[in-house]
Amino acid sequence: MRAPSSELPVVLDRVSFRAGETTILDRLSLTLAPGAPTVIVGPNGSGKTTLLRLCMGLIAPTEGGIAWGGRSQATMARRAIVFQRPVMLRRSTAANVAYALAKANVTGSARRDRVDELLAQVGLSDLAQRPARQLSVGEAQRLALARALARDPELLLLDEPTASLDPASTRRVEEIILMAAQSGIKIVMASHDLGQVRRIAGEVVFLARGALCEQSSAGDFLNCPKTPEAAAFLRGDLVI
Amino acid sequence: MTGHPTLAAIVGLSLTISLTASLIAAVVGMPLGALLALTRFPGRAALVVLVNATMGLPPVVVGLAVYLLLSRSGPLGSMGILFTPTAMIVAQTILVVPIIAALTRQTVEDLWSDYRDELNAMEVGPAGRVATLLWDARYSLLTALLAGFGRAIAEVGAVMIVGGNIDGFTRTMTTSIALETSKGDLPLAMQLGLVLICIVLAINAAAWAARLWSERQAG
Repeated sequence: MRAPSSELPVVLDRVSFRAGETTILDRLSLTLAPGAPTVIVGPNGSGKTTLLRLCMGLIAPTEGGIAWGGRSQATMARRAIVFQRPVMLRRSTAANVAYALAKANVTGSARRDRVDELLAQVGLSDLAQRPARQLSVGEAQRLALARALARDPELLLLDEPTASLDPASTRRVEEIILMAAQSGIKIVMASHDLGQVRRIAGEVVFLARGALCEQSSAGDFLNCPKTPEAAAFLRGDLVI
Repeated sequence: MTGHPTLAAIVGLSLTISLTASLIAAVVGMPLGALLALTRFPGRAALVVLVNATMGLPPVVVGLAVYLLLSRSGPLGSMGILFTPTAMIVAQTILVVPIIAALTRQTVEDLWSDYRDELNAMEVGPAGRVATLLWDARYSLLTALLAGFGRAIAEVGAVMIVGGNIDGFTRTMTTSIALETSKGDLPLAMQLGLVLICIVLAINAAAWAARLWSERQAG
């Protein structure tokens, strides 16, 4: 059984993030509660990646505050993130997972067992000894998921995890994500694929130009969007 | 060539001194280079330029500085190691550290820009970063080590000054070549030169093979 959640809800209070003169996120207030996966939708440059990095605690907001389970301290012990282009360590597939486990303080024989479990979970057992840099894009994405799951997260942040994958690879990655969600991990995922929103999202957060336009259940978002930006995005118009 | 036992002793001494100096320089220079790659402080750019510049330290100047330190009246004169192989190792280590530190800094900095996000997301601390980056860059760092060894085995100025070219004690391949050339025994000098080149070639070939083999193991 899982201990009571310490990372959730994630509460962003009027968070702005600026890089020099450019405002990437503008006074965004948002609560990410336990439950079904949240998918962050929006065009490129709308601030999805920055939002995920803020939620991970990798960067601090220029203004406003973030609290995880009511605390604003920066330890990220029960959070994990998969970047859009994850970087494989120059080690074997198994050693990549073992490294993540070691950094999450899993030691000894427990670590060896967990490496096997995680590789099985993402379907990479056969490639355990393969140098990770030789994996295909889809395999690398699954290895990145295994590394993230190695941290035993309560909150798993995913930045367009299937952006450059073919349908077969996308399905395998989505299966792993749904499995993680069923085991009680809160998924927060960026995507601009509406099909994926239908398949995975319980809740949708719609961003445009660094501002929160809409936060609603997936069904409501897809069927009756409340803002003109979201409606245009759903119609397939080019929202910039 | 005459005096094969002597030749073997000269080759052995040269290799012992230069390999020892290179290994000590690696132990010092690699963490130093990694730290320089990962830390940000005022004056860092100047330090990077300085380290890069000291790759070109003239061996005779380093030899002179070490000579002054170790001579009877110098600050470390009481150690009594001037004109011994130990002094030669000290001088060559000083020559090699900047090469290894500078090449390590570049390599680690490149790998760090690759790894930064992932290591931060795994909450890897400063010591862990250095260890991870040095380990994962080990094949590139082998090249840095070879560059350092190449400088050590090839230089003559420093070992000549601090070793004194004493027959049977501190005479190396390069100091022998210099001596035989000035004595006019050019054939012997050329033979020694060829031996030196062959040894350097063999060591580099072995390192290359080791790198190929281990890269296939770990990618």
